[in-house]
Amino acid sequence: MANQNWFDFEKDIVELMDQLEKAKETHEMGKLDMTDMMATLENKIEEAKQTVYGNLSGWQKVQISRHPERPYTLDYIENIATDFIELHGDRQVKDDKAIVGGFANIEGKPFMIIGQQKGRNTKQRQLRNFGMPNPEGYRKALRLMKLAEKFNVPILTLIDTPGASPGLEAEERGQGEAIARNLLEMSVLKVPVICVVIGEGASGGALGIGVGDRVLMMEYTWYSVISPESCSSILWRTWEMKERAAEALKLSATDMLQNKLVDGIVSEPLGGAHHDPQAAYDSLKAAVLQSLGELEGMDPEDRIQERIAKFSAMGVVVDA
Amino acid sequence: MNLDFEDDDDLAGNGPKWYQRTWSGILTKTKDKKPTPDGLWEKCKRCKEVAPTKDWIVNHYVCGACGYHERVGSMEYFDILFDDNEFTEINANLSSGDPLKFTDSAPYTDRVVVAQRKTGLKDAVRTAHGKINGQPLMVACMDFNFIGGSMGSVVGEKIARAIDYSLATRSPFMMISKSGGARMMEAAFSLMQMAKTSAKLALLDRAGIPYISLLTNPTTGGVTASFAMLGDVNIAEPEALIGFAGPRVIRETIGRDLPKGFQSSEFLVEHGFLDFIVNRKELKKKVSTLLQIIWSQKQN
Ligand SMILES: [Zn+2]
Repeated sequence: MANQNWFDFEKDIVELMDQLEKAKETHEMGKLDMTDMMATLENKIEEAKQTVYGNLSGWQKVQISRHPERPYTLDYIENIATDFIELHGDRQVKDDKAIVGGFANIEGKPFMIIGQQKGRNTKQRQLRNFGMPNPEGYRKALRLMKLAEKFNVPILTLIDTPGASPGLEAEERGQGEAIARNLLEMSVLKVPVICVVIGEGASGGALGIGVGDRVLMMEYTWYSVISPESCSSILWRTWEMKERAAEALKLSATDMLQNKLVDGIVSEPLGGAHHDPQAAYDSLKAAVLQSLGELEGMDPEDRIQERIAKFSAMGVVVDA
Repeated sequence: MNLDFEDDDDLAGNGPKWYQRTWSGILTKTKDKKPTPDGLWEKCKRCKEVAPTKDWIVNHYVCGACGYHERVGSMEYFDILFDDNEFTEINANLSSGDPLKFTDSAPYTDRVVVAQRKTGLKDAVRTAHGKINGQPLMVACMDFNFIGGSMGSVVGEKIARAIDYSLATRSPFMMISKSGGARMMEAAFSLMQMAKTSAKLALLDRAGIPYISLLTNPTTGGVTASFAMLGDVNIAEPEALIGFAGPRVIRETIGRDLPKGFQSSEFLVEHGFLDFIVNRKELKKKVSTLLQIIWSQKQN
């Protein structure tokens, strides 16, 4: 198979695809007429896909969100935007490569696009710190958001992080303060803010660029206060309960929408964005432009009040 | 994010476990409401000095010998701050829902009930307004003994409503943080309390109303990464553990022991994230003086 990275739970699909491949070979070599067989297999593959992808568990969605061939922030920028001008640095310490950002046009409309960036190979992963920003990453993001506000340019953030970086330097430079500051400042940005979870949305590290008028999740992503593995290790003192933790956390896009903790779901090609990246780009672009259409006509102060009211309504309490 | 709120041993190298039980019966009452517990003695957790319990109470649970700040709860802080211990608690009856039906070894709702029974509290924060040396102040104070002071919907909502009160009455807001971070059993609901409280603080900031944040041992995770670090003035008690990631997580990440004093209040002052450290015995005076300078005298 061309795709080397199939999950265990996709086994039925892969086996049928192998059979189809062989049938095609046989057919093409002219040994036997396999037309009927091929049609049957294609139907079966379609059925298997519906069955597998229609019944994904929370943990399986987490796995898809981490697929090594899944599009990352720069892939989306390259494919949904033009004229991307990347900007660097927080003007205080350094340029954090785990967060990228800059001005661009999407269908001729100006945007500031900011997102966490993961790497595809060992070297890139190190450079990008696995998509785990340091404080200077959050401060760079804030600097760019303020710049966008100054020039009245809407903001799009793309969230894809296993969490903010835990380390000596991150603590010395105030990881907590950096994230906290972003939460406060993002709540009162005068321009439209659209946030989309494109992969992993882990904890404060994700929320640090996630306070928006519209917060969307792509179909096969997750967003929660902790990863299922860490949740498992804390609650059960083992990493092995991650599947149960993923269910308990209700971290999938459908759960998050149902709990009114996000505003919408961006559909992906069946099985995940990596199966058909172009379809994922088109889908994200359409969702972003639709959100902007809903937001750009609003009075900035109304938009801010609505944004704050939305987050203020989150939570379930009993007055008794 | 340090969510491992049960891992109390990790906190600021405080040495052997303190007998929480010893305190809990005493701490729920103030000196005004209960006769001084004559004949009882308590040992300092750090220097092992033994002193009469009534002295501990008078000293606001700061060791007379070494200055160690024993962990106390909202009841004690209200007593320390509010004139004559007079205050009005708001939203006292808010308690947790269970939107996720979260269950690990026990259902979350059971854990909440147990914590409520054990502590006599509804959740991990109490909010009250009163006067501090004659000046109005809204205080939200966390209680660590309620599920590690973890932040779920109730904590976020009560803080948000306390800030609303400050906005409506134009009275300064003070937050006393003491928390292991997010409450995992409320998952993303817990996470979003960070955004909710920070957004409310943005409104307070725009209104020009003072916000003083006091960080006490420990303040970690999502609490540090939201309201605790957003004070106009950030202050802390001595030797408190303050950080985003918990010490154990960082130790595991870097694969070696942490430097001495790492993530202590003193460390944070040195790195520029706190304005000053305040001894609990000086807390009321310092806060009221600050408020007098930046706020109260302009209101008359
Ligand atoms: Zn002592």
